[in-house]
Amino acid sequence: MSTDPGAAPGGGTGDQPGMTLGSGLGLGPQQAGSFGTTGRGPRLLSGGGRKATIVSTISTLVVLGAIGAVFWLAPGSAAFRHAFFSPSNMWQAFIGDPKKGYYSVGEAIWLNIRMFLAAEVLILILSLVIALIRQSTGPVLFPLRVLAMVYVDFFRGVPLLLVVYAVGLGVPALRLPVISYQSSTIYGIAVLTLSYSAYVSEVYRAGLNSVHQSQVAAARSLGLSQWSALRYVILPQAIRNIVPPLLNDFISLQKDTALVGVLGAIEALQAADIYASAVFNYSSFTVAAILFLVLTIPLARFTDRLIERDRRRRLAGVLR
Amino acid sequence: MTAGGPVTGEAVLVQDLHKSFGPNEVLRGIDLAVAPHEVVCLIGASGSGKSTLLRCLNLLEPISSGRIFLLGQEVTAPGIDANLVRRKVGIVFQSFNLFPHMTVLRNVTLAPVKALGMPRAEAVAAARDLLARFGLADKQDEYPDRLSGGQQQRVAIVRALAMQPQIMLLDEVTSALDPELVAEVLDLLRELAAGGMTMVIATHEMSFARDVASRVCFLEEGLIIEEGRPADVFTAPRDERTQRFLRRIVEAGRM
Repeated sequence: MSTDPGAAPGGGTGDQPGMTLGSGLGLGPQQAGSFGTTGRGPRLLSGGGRKATIVSTISTLVVLGAIGAVFWLAPGSAAFRHAFFSPSNMWQAFIGDPKKGYYSVGEAIWLNIRMFLAAEVLILILSLVIALIRQSTGPVLFPLRVLAMVYVDFFRGVPLLLVVYAVGLGVPALRLPVISYQSSTIYGIAVLTLSYSAYVSEVYRAGLNSVHQSQVAAARSLGLSQWSALRYVILPQAIRNIVPPLLNDFISLQKDTALVGVLGAIEALQAADIYASAVFNYSSFTVAAILFLVLTIPLARFTDRLIERDRRRRLAGVLR
Repeated sequence: MTAGGPVTGEAVLVQDLHKSFGPNEVLRGIDLAVAPHEVVCLIGASGSGKSTLLRCLNLLEPISSGRIFLLGQEVTAPGIDANLVRRKVGIVFQSFNLFPHMTVLRNVTLAPVKALGMPRAEAVAAARDLLARFGLADKQDEYPDRLSGGQQQRVAIVRALAMQPQIMLLDEVTSALDPELVAEVLDLLRELAAGGMTMVIATHEMSFARDVASRVCFLEEGLIIEEGRPADVFTAPRDERTQRFLRRIVEAGRM
């Protein structure tokens, strides 16, 4: 972004430490000013009332105007706008037309949603199992612990797209009964589950570690078994602590469902790609991008709300 | 204290108990016998091994060597189910350790329902009785962070009592409390003692120990240096180390 922080009206007002702080950190002034819902320490960054609202509105307009000007005044602007933002093409891509050889991007996004929901449930289960194995202490489980560690290292270290290819092309090549004859959607869900479980298991592990050891002692001293202590005392507290980072991973999962398209599954990005190849217009990608944003932004705002609520609850706990 | 076999008469019997954390030997040969309905107070400076001894009795810490008998049964024998032992022995910690995500009532009923398999209705009724008995009836639906320290510690004691233990271990249960909240917890313990509960209490409250203890044990560096009736230990300590400890306590205005 080529905006000069000094040009932002907020930067000059001395009675608003929040604005100057925002500019000083290299944040765009619009981030510091108008989007108060980001949950990023609103008390720290908000100025005083009506004046702040006016200033932040102006600064937002200035920034958006600057960005808009670059696109509108660029030498190739007309061709660019036709290629990416042609309304008729966007509509055509959205509703699709099988007779002309392309699919509806609006319909294809449902496949992304279904893959996301299926993978999410599987990830929550598999990653918890992995986390519990890694947190176990018994010598009997040592081989499993090593296995879990290798698993996490492997899937965190290998690019997701590579795993998509390896499973989507490799497993069918094995010609195993049943396993090798699944749809690319199923392979996609499997890959997303395998890969994301590695990340999410680490989130779980952090959550388990965040519960103080004295809670375990209290539960065990009451005669609760190790399983009961985990189930009723440790896990509920651990999960409460990790909901925001967990949702963060799921926002990322929502858009990574698009990677399954390379296996031929007609999800939103693949449908957009087919449209672009058939019609020689990229507006279909814009449609796909908007649809992904429609999916991810609500979850992002919801995560912010949870973080803010959690912050307030902790502050209240301290004050009491 | 040289008997090798189980001595059925004692509620608690500890023989030559050693416990090390790595190279650091915290208990260096503890011998202790507690009769049923007896209240034994463990006194001594921080780090003398009082807490570790209590945690060993509850099998929360694996011991290095020695034997522990609870209610006539050796609990340090191989193959003992620690969960079964812990259900008969309640322990309360300095830092309360209530479950913060549960109401007071759930805190108290969790173990009876999940560990003993008591029907929920029965556990709730029993918990309400206990809470009412200790002046906590109106707190049953509160979460722990809404309670004062004294109330939290009383709930922690009630939670342990809900398992109907035959022995109670109390680990400096008033040390984390503001001074004005100490009395309500000590009163509860006095009531338990009067009711005949067998208790082992690690404490810094000397006047309380003098009141309720049938016996006082002074620990230093992982050994019981001196034990006897509180009147004897507090007024005429024989060992020079006990004298020094009690002199410091008096100088600090704690007795």
